[in-house]
Amino acid sequence: MELIDLALIWALIIGFGIIMYVLMDGFDLGQGILFPFAPDEDARDVMMNSVAPVWDGNETWLILGGAGLLAAFPLVYSVFLPALYIGVFLMLTGLIFRGIAFEFRFKARTSKYLWNWAFAGGSILASFAQGVVVGNYIQGFAVENGVFVGGPFDWLTPFTVLTGLGLLAGYALLGSTWLIMKSEGYIQDWAYKITLPLLGAVLAVFVIISIWTPFVNPAVWDRWFSNIQIIWVLPAMTAFFAWVLFRSVQKRQDGMPFVATMGIFVFTFLGLVASKWPYVVPPDYTIYDASSAWESQLFLLLGLLFVIPIVLAYTAWTYWVFRGKVKAGVGYH
Amino acid sequence: MELDPLLLSRIQFGFVVSFHAIFPVFTIGLASYIAVLEGLFFKTRNPVWEKLARFWTQVFAVVFGMGVVTGIVMAFQFGTNWSNFSQASANFLGPVLSYEVVTAFFLEATFLGVLLFGRNKVPRGVHLFAAVMVAVGTFISSFWILSANSWMQTPAGVEFRDGAVFVTSWMEALFNPSFPYRFAHMVMASFLTGGFVVAGVSAWYLLRKREVEANRKALSMCLWMLLFFAPAQAWVGDLHGLNTLEYQPVKVSAMEGLWETDTNVPLLLFAIPDQANQTNHLEIGIPNLASFILTHDWAGQVPGMNEVAVEEQPPVGIVFWSFRIMVSIGLLMIAFALAGLVLRRGGRFAETPWFLKGLTYMSITPFIAVVAGWFVTEVGRYPWLVWGEMTLAEGLTPSLTGGMALFTLIGYVLVYALVFAAGVYYLMRIFQVGMEDTHTGDHIDEPHSAKRPWSGADVTLEAGGR
Repeated sequence: MELIDLALIWALIIGFGIIMYVLMDGFDLGQGILFPFAPDEDARDVMMNSVAPVWDGNETWLILGGAGLLAAFPLVYSVFLPALYIGVFLMLTGLIFRGIAFEFRFKARTSKYLWNWAFAGGSILASFAQGVVVGNYIQGFAVENGVFVGGPFDWLTPFTVLTGLGLLAGYALLGSTWLIMKSEGYIQDWAYKITLPLLGAVLAVFVIISIWTPFVNPAVWDRWFSNIQIIWVLPAMTAFFAWVLFRSVQKRQDGMPFVATMGIFVFTFLGLVASKWPYVVPPDYTIYDASSAWESQLFLLLGLLFVIPIVLAYTAWTYWVFRGKVKAGVGYH
Repeated sequence: MELDPLLLSRIQFGFVVSFHAIFPVFTIGLASYIAVLEGLFFKTRNPVWEKLARFWTQVFAVVFGMGVVTGIVMAFQFGTNWSNFSQASANFLGPVLSYEVVTAFFLEATFLGVLLFGRNKVPRGVHLFAAVMVAVGTFISSFWILSANSWMQTPAGVEFRDGAVFVTSWMEALFNPSFPYRFAHMVMASFLTGGFVVAGVSAWYLLRKREVEANRKALSMCLWMLLFFAPAQAWVGDLHGLNTLEYQPVKVSAMEGLWETDTNVPLLLFAIPDQANQTNHLEIGIPNLASFILTHDWAGQVPGMNEVAVEEQPPVGIVFWSFRIMVSIGLLMIAFALAGLVLRRGGRFAETPWFLKGLTYMSITPFIAVVAGWFVTEVGRYPWLVWGEMTLAEGLTPSLTGGMALFTLIGYVLVYALVFAAGVYYLMRIFQVGMEDTHTGDHIDEPHSAKRPWSGADVTLEAGGR
């Protein structure tokens, strides 16, 4: 009966969910990362207002991803989470603090500074932890018979710390280019000013990771250098978007820096997937090894096919409603 | 002392889930109440209904938000601490839990926004429809969760192959033997929770002579509802108990504190169970009553703990006492519902100080009863994670150490304590500010946002002006 390659469809859905999450929660986590460095309290108001209507919806992709993995690729779920045990805890703590700070800062008067710290701290912690996950994915997991057998701190290596810092810089870049698009005046000037140094930091991390990866995982090195392949288009596109970002900031364009940053993220993500495909629990397990039963994947797919278009349409509508610049001191007192 | 990752994981899961459960159990009941208020307003155009609906929607927004925040952790707990269980049961539990997330996602993305922020923006009929759909959505959400939980208690519709579950019939698995009872029991618990909280807050306002007309109406409604549901819950609870006797008899033995299978079993009102010596101390009981309740025969035979090996016995003390706390609160609820009926003559229910004060205190009891009830059913299934198929020890993450589990347990307790303190403090602020149309600087005019439930509440965090 297994006429359709459901594992492949599910890999596409989960991949789509991950990139949606990274792009969308990335720019609002970026506001939190940049929060302590903002020029003043008015700028912080604008930063928070620029993401307030959408951040909660953005985060739902993460929960859907978690539940979707359990349903479609239980092996991924039951290896990644034990392996990243402490890291997952830190990420969830960060997200909870950020969520609570979001709600209370809007309603606070004298206690505002506390929520500023909670917002920044939570965002930084969650972003770093997510970057560490990426590092672990490249690095691979100690798995025997489908069960994680490594130690409690396997997830924390110099390499994963680097990817953690890399994603921190990446989210900050998404945040600053989002802010360019959504703000004006001295706040926008500040966002322009920090964007190129952030781009420099992101590219530096890319270069270090590229050099370091063969030492961490030779299989990835083979994939890229065994023979010249079409996949080199992906890093080329990443470089192209980095160049677009550089030019658009120099020309002080409004929306292009954010679009270019999304391009950098999408092609980096695709490059990462290409390095590993079809392995989802490196180094040994493919999407087919990690899949749940065919009928289980089908059972959930039917519901998702109905819901995802509605959620996407609604998401697009929200962004349309809240389009345009966020003005300082408007709608927030 | 060696740290036991199994015990610590059980405590952590129990803590996180108990803590999370109190929010949805309230919002499920409250959503239906708001839908009723909206319906009454739609039909009668009486502004009192709208005033109540507006006020309770604010409360709903905050509690719903707390439920979302504390629920995030749940989506990951199965993997972090119970990875073997996750992997083994993923073919059934994965889709079911995902459907719950999808339902909540869908609900939040569509009708919740209209309910919270669409009052003056969409036609009245559409707003009412949104309120009804939010209420329906909360039931669908709880359907999935309770189906998953019931399946772990009374697994059906699956076969176990190579250490994993494969679904043979989705209908049998979803509607497994204990599901109808557990679902009914929980939905009614939600109504009782919503009812007693609304009644308690209304009583608190009535004692202070605030918005008397609206709160009187609210209290009256609640009392009628409670008069029906409080006794009905006792009946459904009894049916649930009989179902448990059929499928998980040892859980019932623990609830009754019965160590050896016997006839003419008394209903124990008090006892100190002693697991080590397999006996009770200081027993006080009503002769033959437990036999009668469980078998409908005064001399009926009730299974005792000795039916299973000692290491397969659940911790009797926790189950025994949690059960008694739940039942006592249930009886107290029935008493208050009846008192409300008696006091209806001459409208004294809204003026009698002891009754109103009592109701104010009663508003906390449903939460205790719900958590106690879950303790009975969850602790009572020890040592099974999936009844008869997989033990808790087998389901545990193999790589988990005691130190890791202790670290995250302490972490979650601290984080949740902060979230809880902040949330409850803010709820109290909403209650203090109340439903009057005042301009004391306690309201804010932030832009309302459909994606953030809490922006549905517009009370400032600190009292006084800005």
